[in-house]
Amino acid sequence: MNMNYTAEELAFRDEVRAFLDEKLPADIAAKVKGFRRLSKEDHQRWQKILSAQGWYAPHWPEEHGGVKWTPVQKHIWDEESSRYGAPKSIPFGVSMVAPVIIRFGSEAQKQQYLPRILNGEDWWCQGYSEPGAGSDLASLKTRAVRDGDHYIVNGQKTWTTLGQHANMIFCLVRTNTEVKPQEGISFLLIDMNTPGITVRPIITLDGEHEVNEVFFEDVKVPVENLVGEEDKGWTYAKYLLTYERTGLAGIGMSKAALSHLKQLAARCIKNGRPLIEDAVFSQRIAKVEIDLMAAGISNLRIIASVEGGGVPGAESSMLKVRGTEIRQAINDLARRAIGPYAIPFVEEELKLDYDGEFLSDKDAAPLSALYFNNRKLSIFGGSNEIQKNIVSKMILGL
Amino acid sequence: MDFRLNEEQQMLQDTVARLVRGEYSFEKRLEFSASELGFSAGFWQQLSELGLTAVPFAEELGGFGGGGVEVQSVMTELGRGLCLEPYLQSVILGGGLLSQTGNASQHEAWLGGVASGELKVAVALQEPQSYYDLNDVATRAEKSADGYLLNGRKAVVIGGHCADLIIVSARTSGDSRDAAGISLFAVNPDSAGVERRNYPTIDGFKGCDITLNNVQVSADALLGSEGDAAAVIEYQTGRAIAALCAEAVGVMEVACELTLDYLKQRKQFGVPIGKFQVLQHRMVDMMSELEQARSMAILAASVADGEQSDERRQILAAAKNVIGRAGQFISEAGIQSHGGIGMTWEYNFAHYAKRLVMINHQLGDDDFHLAHYASRLQAS
Repeated sequence: MNMNYTAEELAFRDEVRAFLDEKLPADIAAKVKGFRRLSKEDHQRWQKILSAQGWYAPHWPEEHGGVKWTPVQKHIWDEESSRYGAPKSIPFGVSMVAPVIIRFGSEAQKQQYLPRILNGEDWWCQGYSEPGAGSDLASLKTRAVRDGDHYIVNGQKTWTTLGQHANMIFCLVRTNTEVKPQEGISFLLIDMNTPGITVRPIITLDGEHEVNEVFFEDVKVPVENLVGEEDKGWTYAKYLLTYERTGLAGIGMSKAALSHLKQLAARCIKNGRPLIEDAVFSQRIAKVEIDLMAAGISNLRIIASVEGGGVPGAESSMLKVRGTEIRQAINDLARRAIGPYAIPFVEEELKLDYDGEFLSDKDAAPLSALYFNNRKLSIFGGSNEIQKNIVSKMILGL
Repeated sequence: MDFRLNEEQQMLQDTVARLVRGEYSFEKRLEFSASELGFSAGFWQQLSELGLTAVPFAEELGGFGGGGVEVQSVMTELGRGLCLEPYLQSVILGGGLLSQTGNASQHEAWLGGVASGELKVAVALQEPQSYYDLNDVATRAEKSADGYLLNGRKAVVIGGHCADLIIVSARTSGDSRDAAGISLFAVNPDSAGVERRNYPTIDGFKGCDITLNNVQVSADALLGSEGDAAAVIEYQTGRAIAALCAEAVGVMEVACELTLDYLKQRKQFGVPIGKFQVLQHRMVDMMSELEQARSMAILAASVADGEQSDERRQILAAAKNVIGRAGQFISEAGIQSHGGIGMTWEYNFAHYAKRLVMINHQLGDDDFHLAHYASRLQAS
């Protein structure tokens, strides 16, 4: 048993810190740490800095521009970049479609798409969920019918995160209705500028435009945009979802949010004293900090098992459930910390260049919206109920 | 023992329910909320014409001397509609403070207007440092030649943006957080030195923070006797807590109805998702929370207009604690049972969810009331 980093890992951590000290733009870090909205331009600016460093796609094979980080190195990156307030990379290109293309795509697809993901030319979004196919994803109905050297796609996708910025979408489509639902699905890469595609915003309860509906009406997609084999898309989709789930525990982000919460509670006043000294509130913070400590070690145990050549399995589902519950608990406490000031929604204070007087604490403005927005954490990426189904089936044999 | 409403109370509740159903569709509420006023002047007018703004007031003011149960009947239905009108602020809290403290000429000047809905009152008791402790008053009122000079800042005054009269707590003596030395003043918001910073709230209402900068008020702006307002404030916020609990029950009822309906309609894996046991049990938990909340709202209503006592204090603290916890549970569990759709602006459930969480931030959250309850625990 050894829970310490090796000398090499410590040296790597120093390298990461030096890079973040030097290259992470202060305005972007301030937005991330203060839970402000990031623009498309913010994401792209940081993406280019990471690419120049060769760290945008560390999990890719070296021949495509990856750097062969070990699981521990990836973990160090996650911890440090979260702590510094670096934006999380939008996962749909670099962490979702790219691993599928690398594993199952054609040589031409690798040549065409991977460099464009690395250099930020393409912004990908995900076409999985449909109005009638959420947790029951395999019941999806968007049809792709072969017509010569094209597929004709008709249907609707929903919950398409940041689809308004995207120029590419990877979609699960039904190519065969004669077989079991899982066996008639294909994985298509679609240019968002193709005629027949309409993107409609979905405004969430916090007033944010983050997700969209995407409509397909007789959209012509070249057959060379099919990944792997026709009707085998479900296999690729599941491969991708394993990737998605691993990052969803968000331990690094929870640590950053907890640090933010403690600073906030030290500034908020109750009974003339800092809130962090209040008996009840300090225990609430302590409890979530302890839960996070345990989840952090669970995360390291999964990382260490993968380091030894293992494959992350259903344990990552357990960690997704716990990790998202912890982040939601931290968001809940931040909202509680500001007391009556949780009620006003002062949108102008969400802007980083706001130079007026703050209504209350400088960080108060986004906190209620953040709490409501992050109810999504236990819904997306496979709802927490679905994760528990996976655990009970795969680990417990129930 | 009989928990049913009597015929008059039932008629009252049915009247409000009909009005809300007719006038307060989800789409209309979004329009009211987005308007400059932040609620429906027309609906407020109808509440007034039907005598509903006068419910808690004496008959000579056009009311019918309604108590906790009558207020509960009105508030539950306003909650079901997520109504934005300042009933709680103006009629219950503002009207209550004026009734209890005012002298004959003050009643003459203002109470009739409050009861008829023509005069909208907002109540400014919280301050930036006060958290939920209404005795934490740093705003000062100094005696001047013609009355008092007010200086300070009042926080999160719901309905303050459009109020015709604002009741302000200010300290005439004592130190911050002393119960003694707090006084109430009726302030015209157009007075020199009153500055309002208006904002929308996350749950669709409007309010403001108020800065008082050398605001001169006359001696007859003082409500009640100088320095003695803490007990009045405690009593009247107790009435408001009971009313808010009733509103919360209305909000929870609809939140539960919408969720139950969704569990029956929404199909995944070939069956309505309500066939899945994990969702069935969660729905049962939501209903249990609603019933707990309903019971406490009834109990709170029964003491709302009774004499002040430690028992009344404990019941109101307990009720608000239960409502706070139940509201957040129903909000979160309801969103989770809906999935993504429960988080969208276009679907009414999300707005009920937001209101429930924000009710916990009004008049003290569950932690605040738990601490107060615990501080008065008796061994036997």
